[in-house]
Amino acid sequence: MRKKRLLKLTVNGEQREVAAYSTRTLLEVLREDLGLAGTKHGCEVGECGTCAVLLDGQPALSCLLLPTELEGHNITTIEGLAQHGQLDSLQTTFADLGAAQCGYCTPGILLIAKALLAENPQPSRSQIEEALGGNLCRCTGYLKIFEAIELAASNPSKVP
Amino acid sequence: MNIIGKPLRKVDAASKCIGQTVFADDIFLPQMLYAKILRSSRPYARIRAIDTSAAESLEGVKSILLGQELPITFGILPVSQDEHTLAIDVVRYVGEPVVAVAAIDEETAEQAIRLIKVEYEDLPPVMTIPDGVKPTAIPIQAYAEEGNIHKSVSFEFGDTTSAFGKADLVLDDVFFYQGSTHLPMEQHAAVASYHPDGKLTVWSSTQTPHYVHRALSRVLEMPASRIQVIACSNGGGFGGKSDPFSHEIAVAKLAMKSGRPVKIALTREEVFYCHRGRHPVLMHSKLGVGNDGRFTGLRFQTILDGGAYGSYGVASTYYTGALQTTTYHFPTYQFQGARLFTNKPPCGPKRGHGTPQPRFALEIQIDKAAELLGIDPADLRLKNLVPPNSLTVNWLTIRTIGLQRCIEKVVEASDWKNKFRKLAFGRGIGLACSCYLTGAGLPIYWNNMPQSGVQLKLDRSGLVTVFCGSTEIGQGSDSILAYIVAEILGIDCSFIRVVTGDTDLTPVDLGSYSSRVTLMTGNAAIQAAERARALLDEAVAEELKIPKNRIVAAEGRMFDSEDPSKAVDFAKAVQLAEAKFGTLGTVGSYTPPKSAAKYKGGGVGPSPTYSFSAAVVELVVDPETGIIKLEKTWIAHDIGRAINPLLAIGQVEGSVYMGLGEALMEEQEFRLGVHKTPSMLDYKSPTSMDMCPVETILVEEPDPIGPFGAKEVGQGPLLPIPPAVCNAVYDAVGVRIDEIPVSPEKILKALKAKSQGKDGRYGPPSFPAIEYRDAMFILPPWEGGDGRAMNQPEYTRKGV
Repeated sequence: MRKKRLLKLTVNGEQREVAAYSTRTLLEVLREDLGLAGTKHGCEVGECGTCAVLLDGQPALSCLLLPTELEGHNITTIEGLAQHGQLDSLQTTFADLGAAQCGYCTPGILLIAKALLAENPQPSRSQIEEALGGNLCRCTGYLKIFEAIELAASNPSKVP
Repeated sequence: MNIIGKPLRKVDAASKCIGQTVFADDIFLPQMLYAKILRSSRPYARIRAIDTSAAESLEGVKSILLGQELPITFGILPVSQDEHTLAIDVVRYVGEPVVAVAAIDEETAEQAIRLIKVEYEDLPPVMTIPDGVKPTAIPIQAYAEEGNIHKSVSFEFGDTTSAFGKADLVLDDVFFYQGSTHLPMEQHAAVASYHPDGKLTVWSSTQTPHYVHRALSRVLEMPASRIQVIACSNGGGFGGKSDPFSHEIAVAKLAMKSGRPVKIALTREEVFYCHRGRHPVLMHSKLGVGNDGRFTGLRFQTILDGGAYGSYGVASTYYTGALQTTTYHFPTYQFQGARLFTNKPPCGPKRGHGTPQPRFALEIQIDKAAELLGIDPADLRLKNLVPPNSLTVNWLTIRTIGLQRCIEKVVEASDWKNKFRKLAFGRGIGLACSCYLTGAGLPIYWNNMPQSGVQLKLDRSGLVTVFCGSTEIGQGSDSILAYIVAEILGIDCSFIRVVTGDTDLTPVDLGSYSSRVTLMTGNAAIQAAERARALLDEAVAEELKIPKNRIVAAEGRMFDSEDPSKAVDFAKAVQLAEAKFGTLGTVGSYTPPKSAAKYKGGGVGPSPTYSFSAAVVELVVDPETGIIKLEKTWIAHDIGRAINPLLAIGQVEGSVYMGLGEALMEEQEFRLGVHKTPSMLDYKSPTSMDMCPVETILVEEPDPIGPFGAKEVGQGPLLPIPPAVCNAVYDAVGVRIDEIPVSPEKILKALKAKSQGKDGRYGPPSFPAIEYRDAMFILPPWEGGDGRAMNQPEYTRKGV
């Protein structure tokens, strides 16, 4: 018998309470129960990286996480990347360089890039390639994504 | 030019980077139900019985739909209306939709379909090309031409037999191009809502809302005027969302039955079953060449492994013979093609639609010819280029062709002359060229109406709204509309709102396929914007008391070219025009020029104009493991003119990436009727760690027929990549891999064969015997032909 359970989650710095089936993944709870549809999905079994979020600042696949186990952790989704209406420097460079074509893999890749730059503010090209190794993109051939991350890393304060 | 040619942001770029773009699965409606589809577990079987009783009594199930409730068939092409929404009596591939259920949530719908029992009586499946050409007692489709041969075509343009007799060298090769799938990151989704007033709305991840609109009307037996189809932003298409799909019709019917909105979001496995991807094609190519390097004739045979339904397959079949002729001049040409029905998910159009396969064969064969003749492969191609403003042997009209410059550019950039056949063993470089349509010349269903329409609404605030039926799939089609209108009206894109892909609100555009969008919507937008300019110019000229022809529109102002201080801002110009003419709105439309090819089957191949590409791939092959490491790709693309070079380069890079995926790893394989790799982990596609640097060179020779001179860029640059990879492998280690994907295993087998003194080749050993029907004889333009077949009854196009 499926039961709903009251979840207390910290999402993008806000305390959210939501009743959801305990079998639901974080991906499903974010999209269906919390109305945060910016997190996308490409496989729902941990193969494509599209649904990536940050869990306490670290990359995590929301399709593989059960929210019942996440109380007390900080979850960051794409909706939490821009601050006070200002785009993050990665969002700016992705938009400026055409790193988002269809834009479907973009939220996940932006969050992975955010975590990479937090840990390694000046990553080499091969470090970027490796960090994105679990995120498929079918539009760009990845090259504009690499360039956008490099541009954001080159001087984050100068990026408008 | 203030906008055209500038590397601007896309109009939807910021939305995409903050997660606000609405894809079909992001639509949530009050009271919405969720649907799931039970799919066939058998490759070929009769349905004996379906028992839905347990599912019906499950709490939360609201509606169950069976095939018999929608007996009318549909399909993208008028000649292959062969699909049912849900199977009736027979299933023809694993994954074919059988029953649909709507329930209060996805979990309940999923539970319900597990409770449905289907009793099957298995039939012998046909899974391969050799089996497909054999006679059969139980053809997969009753309407097939013969046995499981869905469609065969045969053309002779001049006398290839005597052309081969005159040739100094005749090459005769068999090639195989494996099937692959689009793998868009977004899984298909659709939402339907039915109102008691008899109006149906369907949101879908579709590249072709107009064709979905027609299919819904046909199958639901509802006037199209009561159906609204909204194409949401597509999370990647690549041709995979160009057919009307079963799930789109099923949710519509479930919404009508239940009286509540219904959503379906396919799983990744289901996306593999929707497919419509690259046809596996077996090819037999015979090329005649003189010692001077001039081609004398080409004879090309194809067999396409089509899967269980028609989809675009008849067009795909013609496309495997249409565009070999647009890069190099062939004095004579023979083409024979056939598509088979097999018990697999239907193949259809994937980026390049039917043309990457023959291009692969031709470009490798030319590489072989160059070696035998002792001519540099780049020079051999340059000797045979089709001239501009000419007709090809199969009556296609070539306008601008920048292929010579493309070849020269990549040869120079890659240092080809110092590398080709000069690199150390294991390192190689290969070159190939290609051509693609800038829009199919004919619509999918015959009619005399425009292929694209644009409406402009000018608001007195200065906002211009652009309405167009085109579909944003990530290629930037919304942005192209904004750039073009902004350029002509002299405003920036912040003054423009684009409304697209909504059959209620926007004039028809046929959809995002055949690389038609920039050229066709762009020309329609130019017409609409120029008509708006005429109204604005007249009103502003009156206000400024100057002649109309002195008005300039730029940077948000309209001013006197002789005295720029005499000016009004754009909003004021709109107000003046509105006061003078009343409410402001204009329209524009585009219809491609008529084709010179008047023979039956000549409708596939013509295009308003063609793009051209040349690519060089450098790679390293480890002879011990057969593993390929890509070093770099150089690609030059004749785009006519880049409306936005940033987006154009993005399209080139994405095409190169997808071509490399097909060349090296992507393949759809089946075992015992079952897809072997229906997941993103098992279906190998290139990751960020597999991609190589790409140097893109845009060759810009404005084409008089393109908007601001633009030609296509979304598909053509994929085409030269797979053959360039194979040519580079040969340069690296001296073995010919005449099929893709080029796996390490194939390289090692060819190296082993070579070391044993055998032919250092891996590829299909032979081409099956097949009879192609109804050869048509057409004289080439230079032999006095008129574009008609000599043995064909008078052939007229039907009207609407």
